[in-house]
Amino acid sequence: MRTLIRYLPLALLAAAWEAAARLHLVSSLALPPLTDVIGSWIELIRDGELLVNGLASLYRAAVGLALAVVVGALLGVMMAWFRPANTLLSPLVEIFYPLPKSALIPVTVIWLGFGDGSKILLIFLGCMLPVTIGAFNGARGSEQVLVWSARSMGASRLRMLWDVVLPSAMPELLNGIRTALALSFILLVSSELIVAQKGFGYLIGSLGANGSYDAMYAVVLTVAFLGFAADRLYLALTRRALAWRYDT
Amino acid sequence: MAVRHVTTRARIKTWPAKAARILPLLLARCFSVAALLAAWEILARSGIFTPFQLPPFSAVVLRIWNDGAAGDLWINLALTLYRALAAFAICVLAGVAVGTAMSRSGLARWFFDPIVSVGFPMPKIAFLPVVILWLGVYDLSKITMAVIDAIFPVIAATVIGIQGVERELIWSARNMGASERDLLRQVVLPAALPQIMTGLQVALPLALIVTVVAEMLMGGYGLGGAMMTASRFANSTGVFAGIVEIAALGYALVKAMSLIRRRLLAWHPEAHAPSTV
Repeated sequence: MRTLIRYLPLALLAAAWEAAARLHLVSSLALPPLTDVIGSWIELIRDGELLVNGLASLYRAAVGLALAVVVGALLGVMMAWFRPANTLLSPLVEIFYPLPKSALIPVTVIWLGFGDGSKILLIFLGCMLPVTIGAFNGARGSEQVLVWSARSMGASRLRMLWDVVLPSAMPELLNGIRTALALSFILLVSSELIVAQKGFGYLIGSLGANGSYDAMYAVVLTVAFLGFAADRLYLALTRRALAWRYDT
Repeated sequence: MAVRHVTTRARIKTWPAKAARILPLLLARCFSVAALLAAWEILARSGIFTPFQLPPFSAVVLRIWNDGAAGDLWINLALTLYRALAAFAICVLAGVAVGTAMSRSGLARWFFDPIVSVGFPMPKIAFLPVVILWLGVYDLSKITMAVIDAIFPVIAATVIGIQGVERELIWSARNMGASERDLLRQVVLPAALPQIMTGLQVALPLALIVTVVAEMLMGGYGLGGAMMTASRFANSTGVFAGIVEIAALGYALVKAMSLIRRRLLAWHPEAHAPSTV
Protein backbone atom coordinates (compact mmCIF):
# COMPACT_ATOMS: atom_id res chain seq x y z
CA MET A 1 0.00 0.00 0.00
CA ARG A 2 2.78 2.37 0.97
CA THR A 3 4.75 1.72 -2.20
CA LEU A 4 1.52 2.09 -4.14
CA ILE A 5 0.97 5.60 -2.84
CA ARG A 6 4.65 6.38 -3.30
CA TYR A 7 4.66 5.44 -6.97
CA LEU A 8 1.15 6.71 -7.69
CA PRO A 9 2.48 9.85 -9.47
CA LEU A 10 4.19 7.64 -12.02
CA ALA A 11 0.96 5.75 -12.62
CA LEU A 12 -0.85 9.08 -12.97
CA LEU A 13 1.68 10.19 -15.58
CA ALA A 14 1.18 6.93 -17.48
CA ALA A 15 -2.59 7.38 -17.35
CA ALA A 16 -2.26 10.98 -18.57
CA TRP A 17 -0.11 9.73 -21.43
CA GLU A 18 -2.67 7.11 -22.44
CA ALA A 19 -5.55 9.59 -22.16
CA ALA A 20 -3.75 12.33 -24.13
CA ALA A 21 -3.00 9.91 -26.94
CA ARG A 22 -6.43 8.25 -26.98
CA LEU A 23 -8.34 11.54 -26.90
CA HIS A 24 -6.13 12.88 -29.74
CA LEU A 25 -4.95 15.81 -27.67
CA VAL A 26 -1.58 15.25 -29.30
CA SER A 27 -0.79 13.63 -32.61
CA SER A 28 -0.58 9.86 -32.18
CA LEU A 29 2.57 10.06 -34.31
CA ALA A 30 4.30 12.18 -31.71
CA LEU A 31 2.91 10.21 -28.80
CA PRO A 32 1.52 6.75 -29.51
CA PRO A 33 -0.74 5.42 -26.75
CA LEU A 34 1.06 3.57 -23.97
CA THR A 35 -0.90 0.39 -24.64
CA ASP A 36 0.32 0.39 -28.26
CA VAL A 37 3.86 0.86 -27.02
CA ILE A 38 3.50 -2.13 -24.70
CA GLY A 39 2.07 -4.13 -27.60
CA SER A 40 5.04 -3.42 -29.82
CA TRP A 41 7.40 -4.14 -26.93
CA ILE A 42 5.94 -7.67 -26.70
CA GLU A 43 6.28 -7.92 -30.48
CA LEU A 44 9.95 -6.87 -30.32
CA ILE A 45 10.65 -9.44 -27.62
CA ARG A 46 8.88 -12.16 -29.56
CA ASP A 47 10.83 -11.74 -32.79
CA GLY A 48 14.06 -11.56 -30.79
CA GLU A 49 15.16 -8.20 -32.13
CA LEU A 50 15.25 -6.52 -28.74
CA LEU A 51 17.17 -9.41 -27.21
CA VAL A 52 19.85 -9.57 -29.93
CA ASN A 53 20.47 -5.84 -29.95
CA GLY A 54 20.20 -5.59 -26.19
CA LEU A 55 22.78 -8.31 -25.60
CA ALA A 56 25.16 -6.60 -28.04
CA SER A 57 24.77 -3.33 -26.12
CA LEU A 58 25.13 -4.88 -22.69
CA TYR A 59 28.24 -6.75 -23.78
CA ARG A 60 29.88 -3.50 -24.89
CA ALA A 61 28.91 -1.68 -21.72
CA ALA A 62 30.07 -4.53 -19.47
CA VAL A 63 33.50 -4.94 -21.09
CA GLY A 64 34.16 -1.21 -21.24
CA LEU A 65 33.05 -0.68 -17.67
CA ALA A 66 35.05 -3.65 -16.34
CA LEU A 67 38.22 -2.35 -18.00
CA ALA A 68 37.54 1.14 -16.65
CA VAL A 69 37.07 -0.15 -13.10
CA VAL A 70 40.28 -2.22 -13.08
CA VAL A 71 42.55 0.36 -14.74
CA GLY A 72 40.90 3.33 -13.05
CA ALA A 73 41.14 1.86 -9.55
CA LEU A 74 44.79 0.88 -10.06
CA LEU A 75 45.62 4.36 -11.32
CA GLY A 76 43.80 6.07 -8.47
CA VAL A 77 45.42 3.99 -5.73
CA MET A 78 48.83 4.47 -7.37
CA MET A 79 48.31 8.23 -7.42
CA ALA A 80 47.46 8.21 -3.73
CA TRP A 81 50.32 5.88 -2.82
CA PHE A 82 53.28 7.21 -4.83
CA ARG A 83 53.88 10.93 -4.80
CA PRO A 84 55.64 11.05 -8.22
CA ALA A 85 52.68 9.33 -9.86
CA ASN A 86 50.42 11.95 -8.34
CA THR A 87 52.54 14.89 -9.49
CA LEU A 88 52.73 13.56 -13.03
CA LEU A 89 49.21 12.26 -13.48
CA SER A 90 47.03 14.74 -11.60
CA PRO A 91 47.37 17.57 -14.18
CA LEU A 92 46.37 15.12 -16.90
CA VAL A 93 43.38 13.94 -14.87
CA GLU A 94 42.45 17.57 -14.25
CA ILE A 95 42.51 18.34 -17.97
CA PHE A 96 40.70 15.24 -19.16
CA TYR A 97 38.08 15.05 -16.42
CA PRO A 98 35.93 17.97 -17.67
CA LEU A 99 36.31 16.86 -21.30
CA PRO A 100 32.87 15.84 -22.53
CA LYS A 101 33.66 12.24 -23.39
CA SER A 102 31.03 12.17 -26.10
CA ALA A 103 33.46 14.33 -28.12
CA LEU A 104 35.58 11.20 -28.45
CA ILE A 105 32.92 9.28 -30.40
CA PRO A 106 34.24 10.22 -33.88
CA VAL A 107 37.84 9.52 -32.84
CA THR A 108 37.13 6.06 -31.49
CA VAL A 109 35.41 5.37 -34.80
CA ILE A 110 38.48 6.59 -36.70
CA TRP A 111 40.66 4.30 -34.61
CA LEU A 112 38.58 1.15 -34.29
CA GLY A 113 35.80 1.32 -36.86
CA PHE A 114 32.04 0.95 -36.52
CA GLY A 115 31.88 -2.23 -34.45
CA ASP A 116 32.24 -3.27 -30.82
CA GLY A 117 35.81 -2.00 -30.43
CA SER A 118 35.05 1.68 -30.77
CA LYS A 119 32.18 1.55 -28.27
CA ILE A 120 34.20 -0.41 -25.74
CA LEU A 121 37.10 2.03 -26.05
CA LEU A 122 34.76 4.98 -25.64
CA ILE A 123 33.10 3.55 -22.54
CA PHE A 124 36.48 2.60 -21.09
CA LEU A 125 37.89 6.10 -21.62
CA GLY A 126 34.74 7.82 -20.43
CA CYS A 127 34.24 5.76 -17.28
CA MET A 128 37.84 5.50 -16.14
CA LEU A 129 38.32 8.95 -14.60
CA PRO A 130 35.38 8.91 -12.16
CA VAL A 131 36.72 5.57 -10.85
CA THR A 132 40.25 6.97 -10.64
CA ILE A 133 39.12 10.01 -8.70
CA GLY A 134 37.01 7.89 -6.37
CA ALA A 135 39.90 5.53 -5.67
CA PHE A 136 42.31 8.44 -5.23
CA ASN A 137 40.13 10.34 -2.76
CA GLY A 138 39.30 7.15 -0.90
CA ALA A 139 42.87 5.91 -0.62
CA ARG A 140 44.11 9.33 0.42
CA GLY A 141 41.47 9.59 3.08
CA SER A 142 42.47 6.36 4.84
CA GLU A 143 42.94 7.09 8.49
CA GLN A 144 46.47 7.88 9.51
CA VAL A 145 46.02 5.95 12.76
CA LEU A 146 45.19 2.76 10.88
CA VAL A 147 48.21 3.18 8.63
CA TRP A 148 50.45 3.83 11.62
CA SER A 149 49.23 0.87 13.60
CA ALA A 150 49.55 -1.45 10.62
CA ARG A 151 53.09 -0.20 10.11
CA SER A 152 53.99 -0.61 13.77
CA MET A 153 52.70 -4.17 13.66
CA GLY A 154 55.21 -4.81 10.92
CA ALA A 155 53.01 -4.88 7.83
CA SER A 156 54.90 -4.60 4.56
CA ARG A 157 54.01 -1.79 2.17
CA LEU A 158 52.14 -4.12 -0.15
CA ARG A 159 50.28 -5.74 2.70
CA MET A 160 49.26 -2.32 4.03
CA LEU A 161 47.95 -1.39 0.62
CA TRP A 162 45.83 -4.51 0.51
CA ASP A 163 44.64 -4.66 4.12
CA VAL A 164 44.33 -1.00 5.12
CA VAL A 165 44.28 1.37 2.19
CA LEU A 166 42.01 -0.59 -0.16
CA PRO A 167 39.28 -1.31 2.41
CA SER A 168 39.17 2.29 3.55
CA ALA A 169 39.12 3.48 -0.04
CA MET A 170 36.13 1.20 -0.74
CA PRO A 171 33.19 3.57 -0.10
CA GLU A 172 34.55 6.37 -2.29
CA LEU A 173 35.70 3.88 -4.91
CA LEU A 174 32.28 2.25 -5.06
CA ASN A 175 30.70 5.69 -5.36
CA GLY A 176 32.97 6.50 -8.29
CA ILE A 177 31.99 3.23 -9.94
CA ARG A 178 28.33 4.19 -9.54
CA THR A 179 28.98 7.41 -11.48
CA ALA A 180 30.83 5.36 -14.08
CA LEU A 181 27.89 2.95 -14.37
CA ALA A 182 25.51 5.78 -15.20
CA LEU A 183 28.04 7.26 -17.63
CA SER A 184 28.48 3.93 -19.39
CA PHE A 185 24.80 3.84 -20.33
CA ILE A 186 24.89 7.44 -21.57
CA LEU A 187 27.99 6.86 -23.69
CA LEU A 188 26.69 3.54 -24.98
CA VAL A 189 23.39 4.93 -26.17
CA SER A 190 24.82 8.13 -27.64
CA SER A 191 27.59 6.34 -29.52
CA GLU A 192 25.13 3.77 -30.86
CA LEU A 193 22.71 6.48 -31.91
CA ILE A 194 25.45 8.17 -33.91
CA VAL A 195 27.23 5.21 -35.51
CA ALA A 196 26.39 1.54 -35.09
CA GLN A 197 25.16 -1.55 -36.87
CA LYS A 198 23.47 -3.11 -33.87
CA GLY A 199 22.58 -2.32 -30.30
CA PHE A 200 19.88 -0.36 -28.49
CA GLY A 201 20.87 2.98 -29.99
CA TYR A 202 20.92 1.54 -33.49
CA LEU A 203 17.50 -0.04 -32.96
CA ILE A 204 16.05 3.25 -31.71
CA GLY A 205 17.50 5.11 -34.68
CA SER A 206 16.33 2.65 -37.32
CA LEU A 207 12.83 2.28 -35.85
CA GLY A 208 12.52 6.06 -35.72
CA ALA A 209 13.69 6.35 -39.32
CA ASN A 210 11.06 3.78 -40.37
CA GLY A 211 8.38 5.77 -38.64
CA SER A 212 7.39 2.94 -36.29
CA TYR A 213 7.29 5.26 -33.34
CA ASP A 214 5.47 2.96 -30.94
CA ALA A 215 8.31 0.45 -31.25
CA MET A 216 10.85 3.26 -30.87
CA TYR A 217 9.17 4.36 -27.64
CA ALA A 218 9.27 0.75 -26.45
CA VAL A 219 13.05 0.53 -26.92
CA VAL A 220 13.65 3.97 -25.38
CA LEU A 221 11.68 2.99 -22.30
CA THR A 222 13.50 -0.36 -22.11
CA VAL A 223 16.90 1.37 -22.11
CA ALA A 224 15.73 3.88 -19.52
CA PHE A 225 14.42 1.09 -17.32
CA LEU A 226 17.63 -0.95 -17.67
CA GLY A 227 19.72 2.06 -16.62
CA PHE A 228 17.50 2.58 -13.61
CA ALA A 229 17.50 -1.13 -12.69
CA ALA A 230 21.29 -1.36 -13.03
CA ASP A 231 21.71 1.55 -10.65
CA ARG A 232 19.35 0.06 -8.06
CA LEU A 233 20.97 -3.37 -8.32
CA TYR A 234 24.39 -1.80 -7.89
CA LEU A 235 23.22 0.11 -4.82
CA ALA A 236 21.88 -3.09 -3.26
CA LEU A 237 25.16 -4.89 -3.95
CA THR A 238 27.33 -2.11 -2.52
CA ARG A 239 25.21 -1.90 0.58
CA ARG A 240 25.91 -5.57 1.12
CA ALA A 241 29.62 -5.19 0.33
CA LEU A 242 29.94 -2.33 2.81
CA ALA A 243 27.89 -3.97 5.53
CA TRP A 244 31.01 -4.34 7.69
CA ARG A 245 31.28 -0.56 7.80
CA TYR A 246 27.80 0.22 9.00
CA ASP A 247 27.50 -2.61 11.52
CA THR A 248 30.17 -1.29 13.81
CA MET B 1 46.21 47.51 14.71
CA ALA B 2 48.93 45.46 16.26
CA VAL B 3 47.37 42.28 15.01
CA ARG B 4 47.28 43.49 11.45
CA HIS B 5 50.89 44.55 11.66
CA VAL B 6 51.93 41.06 12.69
CA THR B 7 49.98 39.35 9.92
CA THR B 8 51.41 41.53 7.15
CA ARG B 9 54.86 40.89 8.51
CA ALA B 10 54.23 37.18 8.49
CA ARG B 11 52.94 37.29 4.94
CA ILE B 12 55.99 39.13 3.69
CA LYS B 13 58.22 36.66 5.41
CA THR B 14 56.55 33.55 4.09
CA TRP B 15 55.99 34.67 0.53
CA PRO B 16 59.35 33.56 -0.93
CA ALA B 17 59.11 30.30 0.98
CA LYS B 18 55.66 29.73 -0.47
CA ALA B 19 56.87 30.46 -4.00
CA ALA B 20 59.79 28.10 -3.56
CA ARG B 21 57.35 25.40 -2.51
CA ILE B 22 54.82 25.99 -5.29
CA LEU B 23 57.14 26.67 -8.22
CA PRO B 24 58.57 23.14 -8.64
CA LEU B 25 55.07 21.76 -8.33
CA LEU B 26 53.85 24.10 -11.04
CA LEU B 27 56.76 23.13 -13.25
CA ALA B 28 56.05 19.42 -12.72
CA ARG B 29 52.41 19.98 -13.67
CA CYS B 30 53.33 21.84 -16.85
CA PHE B 31 55.90 19.17 -17.57
CA SER B 32 53.43 16.29 -17.81
CA VAL B 33 51.07 18.24 -20.05
CA ALA B 34 53.97 19.30 -22.28
CA ALA B 35 55.22 15.71 -22.33
CA LEU B 36 51.82 14.47 -23.45
CA LEU B 37 51.64 17.00 -26.29
CA ALA B 38 55.24 16.24 -27.33
CA ALA B 39 54.50 12.51 -27.31
CA TRP B 40 51.45 13.15 -29.51
CA GLU B 41 53.52 15.16 -32.00
CA ILE B 42 56.36 12.62 -32.08
CA LEU B 43 54.03 9.62 -32.37
CA ALA B 44 52.11 11.28 -35.19
CA ARG B 45 55.27 12.16 -37.10
CA SER B 46 57.01 8.83 -36.48
CA GLY B 47 54.93 7.02 -39.08
CA ILE B 48 53.50 4.41 -36.67
CA PHE B 49 50.08 5.93 -37.27
CA THR B 50 48.78 7.34 -40.51
CA PRO B 51 47.90 11.06 -40.44
CA PHE B 52 44.29 9.92 -40.68
CA GLN B 53 44.51 7.95 -37.44
CA LEU B 54 46.49 10.59 -35.56
CA PRO B 55 47.16 13.96 -37.15
CA PRO B 56 50.13 15.80 -35.59
CA PHE B 57 49.32 18.24 -32.80
CA SER B 58 50.83 21.11 -34.81
CA ALA B 59 48.43 20.42 -37.70
CA VAL B 60 45.51 20.46 -35.28
CA VAL B 61 46.64 23.77 -33.77
CA LEU B 62 47.04 25.20 -37.26
CA ARG B 63 43.55 24.09 -38.17
CA ILE B 64 42.09 25.70 -35.03
CA TRP B 65 44.04 28.88 -35.84
CA ASN B 66 42.65 28.95 -39.39
CA ASP B 67 39.10 28.31 -38.17
CA GLY B 68 39.55 31.15 -35.72
CA ALA B 69 40.81 33.49 -38.44
CA ALA B 70 37.96 32.53 -40.75
CA GLY B 71 35.44 33.10 -37.97
CA ASP B 72 33.83 29.63 -38.07
CA LEU B 73 35.33 28.71 -34.73
CA TRP B 74 33.71 31.66 -32.96
CA ILE B 75 30.26 31.01 -34.43
CA ASN B 76 30.39 27.34 -33.44
CA LEU B 77 31.82 28.11 -30.03
CA ALA B 78 29.24 30.82 -29.34
CA LEU B 79 26.35 28.57 -30.39
CA THR B 80 27.47 25.63 -28.27
CA LEU B 81 28.15 27.90 -25.32
CA TYR B 82 24.77 29.59 -25.74
CA ARG B 83 22.90 26.27 -25.80
CA ALA B 84 24.77 24.80 -22.85
CA LEU B 85 24.45 27.96 -20.75
CA ALA B 86 20.78 28.48 -21.62
CA ALA B 87 20.08 24.90 -20.55
CA PHE B 88 22.15 25.41 -17.42
CA ALA B 89 20.30 28.62 -16.53
CA ILE B 90 16.94 26.84 -16.88
CA CYS B 91 18.26 23.99 -14.71
CA VAL B 92 19.37 26.43 -12.01
CA LEU B 93 16.03 28.26 -11.86
CA ALA B 94 13.71 25.29 -12.31
CA GLY B 95 15.86 22.83 -10.38
CA VAL B 96 16.20 25.02 -7.30
CA ALA B 97 12.49 25.91 -7.50
CA VAL B 98 11.41 22.26 -7.70
CA GLY B 99 13.88 21.25 -5.00
CA THR B 100 12.65 24.01 -2.71
CA ALA B 101 9.03 23.13 -3.37
CA MET B 102 9.78 19.48 -2.60
CA SER B 103 11.24 20.32 0.77
CA ARG B 104 8.51 22.82 1.69
CA SER B 105 5.31 21.15 0.55
CA GLY B 106 4.17 17.60 1.10
CA LEU B 107 2.18 17.53 -2.11
CA ALA B 108 5.14 18.58 -4.27
CA ARG B 109 7.27 16.04 -2.50
CA TRP B 110 4.73 13.27 -3.09
CA PHE B 111 4.50 14.12 -6.79
CA PHE B 112 8.16 14.74 -7.64
CA ASP B 113 9.90 12.24 -5.37
CA PRO B 114 9.23 9.08 -7.45
CA ILE B 115 9.88 11.01 -10.67
CA VAL B 116 13.27 12.16 -9.43
CA SER B 117 14.26 8.83 -7.93
CA VAL B 118 13.37 6.98 -11.13
CA GLY B 119 14.51 9.71 -13.51
CA PHE B 120 17.89 10.50 -11.95
CA PRO B 121 19.66 7.21 -12.69
CA MET B 122 18.03 6.77 -16.11
CA PRO B 123 20.13 7.25 -19.26
CA LYS B 124 17.93 10.12 -20.41
CA ILE B 125 19.94 10.59 -23.58
CA ALA B 126 17.90 7.65 -24.96
CA PHE B 127 14.97 10.07 -25.17
CA LEU B 128 16.85 12.17 -27.71
CA PRO B 129 14.94 10.75 -30.73
CA VAL B 130 11.67 11.41 -28.93
CA VAL B 131 12.69 15.01 -28.26
CA ILE B 132 13.64 15.40 -31.93
CA LEU B 133 10.27 13.98 -32.90
CA TRP B 134 8.51 16.56 -30.76
CA LEU B 135 10.59 19.67 -31.09
CA GLY B 136 12.57 19.34 -34.32
CA VAL B 137 16.31 19.63 -34.72
CA TYR B 138 16.94 23.26 -33.81
CA ASP B 139 18.02 25.07 -30.66
CA LEU B 140 14.83 24.30 -28.77
CA SER B 141 15.27 20.53 -28.87
CA LYS B 142 19.00 20.70 -28.07
CA ILE B 143 18.39 22.93 -25.06
CA THR B 144 15.45 20.80 -23.91
CA MET B 145 17.53 17.63 -24.05
CA ALA B 146 20.30 19.27 -22.03
CA VAL B 147 17.77 20.46 -19.44
CA ILE B 148 16.24 16.99 -19.11
CA ASP B 149 19.67 15.56 -18.34
CA ALA B 150 21.17 18.28 -16.17
CA ILE B 151 18.22 19.23 -13.97
CA PHE B 152 18.20 16.11 -11.79
CA PRO B 153 21.49 16.78 -9.97
CA VAL B 154 20.27 20.31 -9.18
CA ILE B 155 16.96 19.11 -7.75
CA ALA B 156 18.61 16.37 -5.70
CA ALA B 157 21.29 18.71 -4.35
CA THR B 158 18.71 21.36 -3.41
CA VAL B 159 16.57 18.85 -1.53
CA ILE B 160 19.57 17.42 0.33
CA GLY B 161 20.94 20.88 1.04
CA ILE B 162 17.70 22.21 2.49
CA GLN B 163 17.23 19.06 4.55
CA GLY B 164 20.64 19.61 6.09
CA VAL B 165 20.00 23.18 7.24
CA GLU B 166 20.41 23.38 10.99
CA ARG B 167 17.17 23.57 12.93
CA GLU B 168 18.62 26.19 15.28
CA LEU B 169 19.09 28.62 12.38
CA ILE B 170 15.46 28.32 11.33
CA TRP B 171 14.17 28.52 14.88
CA SER B 172 16.12 31.63 15.70
CA ALA B 173 15.12 33.35 12.45
CA ARG B 174 11.47 32.56 13.19
CA ASN B 175 11.92 33.74 16.72
CA MET B 176 13.21 37.08 15.46
CA GLY B 177 10.08 37.47 13.37
CA ALA B 178 11.22 36.49 9.91
CA SER B 179 8.42 35.84 7.45
CA GLU B 180 8.40 32.56 5.49
CA ARG B 181 9.70 34.45 2.44
CA ASP B 182 12.57 36.07 4.31
CA LEU B 183 13.32 32.77 5.98
CA LEU B 184 13.70 31.08 2.61
CA ARG B 185 15.72 33.81 0.97
CA GLN B 186 17.94 34.87 3.81
CA VAL B 187 18.40 31.73 5.86
CA VAL B 188 17.46 28.47 4.19
CA LEU B 189 18.82 28.98 0.68
CA PRO B 190 22.13 30.55 1.76
CA ALA B 191 22.65 27.79 4.32
CA ALA B 192 21.96 25.18 1.64
CA LEU B 193 24.18 26.94 -0.89
CA PRO B 194 27.26 24.70 -0.54
CA GLN B 195 25.20 21.62 -1.46
CA ILE B 196 23.36 23.45 -4.22
CA MET B 197 26.66 24.65 -5.68
CA THR B 198 27.93 21.07 -5.70
CA GLY B 199 24.84 20.08 -7.67
CA LEU B 200 25.44 22.95 -10.10
CA GLN B 201 29.04 21.88 -10.51
CA VAL B 202 27.77 18.48 -11.65
CA ALA B 203 25.04 19.98 -13.83
CA LEU B 204 27.17 22.37 -15.89
CA PRO B 205 29.53 19.78 -17.46
CA LEU B 206 26.53 17.52 -17.95
CA ALA B 207 24.71 20.27 -19.86
CA LEU B 208 27.79 20.68 -22.06
CA ILE B 209 28.11 16.92 -22.70
CA VAL B 210 24.48 16.57 -23.71
CA THR B 211 24.58 19.71 -25.86
CA VAL B 212 27.56 18.29 -27.74
CA VAL B 213 25.89 14.89 -28.23
CA ALA B 214 22.69 16.56 -29.43
CA GLU B 215 24.65 18.70 -31.86
CA MET B 216 26.52 15.66 -33.12
CA LEU B 217 23.30 13.83 -33.78
CA MET B 218 21.28 16.69 -35.24
CA GLY B 219 24.08 18.36 -37.19
CA GLY B 220 24.13 22.05 -38.07
CA TYR B 221 26.35 24.66 -36.46
CA GLY B 222 27.97 24.22 -33.09
CA LEU B 223 31.17 22.45 -32.00
CA GLY B 224 29.54 19.01 -32.02
CA GLY B 225 27.97 19.54 -35.44
CA ALA B 226 31.24 20.82 -36.91
CA MET B 227 33.00 17.74 -35.59
CA MET B 228 30.49 15.39 -37.17
CA THR B 229 30.79 17.24 -40.49
CA ALA B 230 34.57 16.84 -40.34
CA SER B 231 34.12 13.16 -39.50
CA ARG B 232 31.79 12.58 -42.47
CA PHE B 233 34.40 14.05 -44.81
CA ALA B 234 37.07 11.82 -43.21
CA ASN B 235 38.82 14.99 -42.07
CA SER B 236 40.47 13.70 -38.93
CA THR B 237 42.37 16.92 -38.30
CA GLY B 238 38.98 18.59 -37.99
CA VAL B 239 37.80 15.89 -35.59
CA PHE B 240 40.83 16.31 -33.34
CA ALA B 241 40.49 20.09 -33.52
CA GLY B 242 36.92 19.65 -32.28
CA ILE B 243 38.10 17.55 -29.35
CA VAL B 244 40.70 20.13 -28.36
CA GLU B 245 38.14 22.93 -28.62
CA ILE B 246 35.52 21.07 -26.61
CA ALA B 247 38.12 20.06 -24.01
CA ALA B 248 39.20 23.70 -23.64
CA LEU B 249 35.60 24.84 -23.31
CA GLY B 250 34.85 22.16 -20.71
CA TYR B 251 37.96 23.03 -18.73
CA ALA B 252 37.12 26.74 -18.80
CA LEU B 253 33.54 26.11 -17.64
CA VAL B 254 34.60 23.84 -14.78
CA LYS B 255 37.24 26.34 -13.64
CA ALA B 256 34.74 29.20 -13.86
CA MET B 257 32.28 27.27 -11.72
CA SER B 258 34.82 26.62 -8.98
CA LEU B 259 35.78 30.31 -9.08
CA ILE B 260 32.13 31.31 -8.70
CA ARG B 261 31.80 28.87 -5.83
CA ARG B 262 34.75 30.43 -4.06
CA ARG B 263 33.25 33.89 -4.56
CA LEU B 264 29.74 32.99 -3.46
CA LEU B 265 30.86 30.95 -0.49
CA ALA B 266 33.62 33.28 0.70
CA TRP B 267 31.66 33.66 3.94
CA HIS B 268 31.36 29.91 4.47
CA PRO B 269 33.77 27.94 6.68
CA GLU B 270 34.71 25.75 3.70
CA ALA B 271 36.55 28.78 2.21
CA HIS B 272 38.94 28.80 5.17
CA ALA B 273 39.79 25.12 4.97
CA PRO B 274 43.37 24.57 3.83
CA SER B 275 43.29 23.89 0.11
CA THR B 276 44.72 20.53 -0.79
CA VAL B 277 47.28 21.00 -3.53
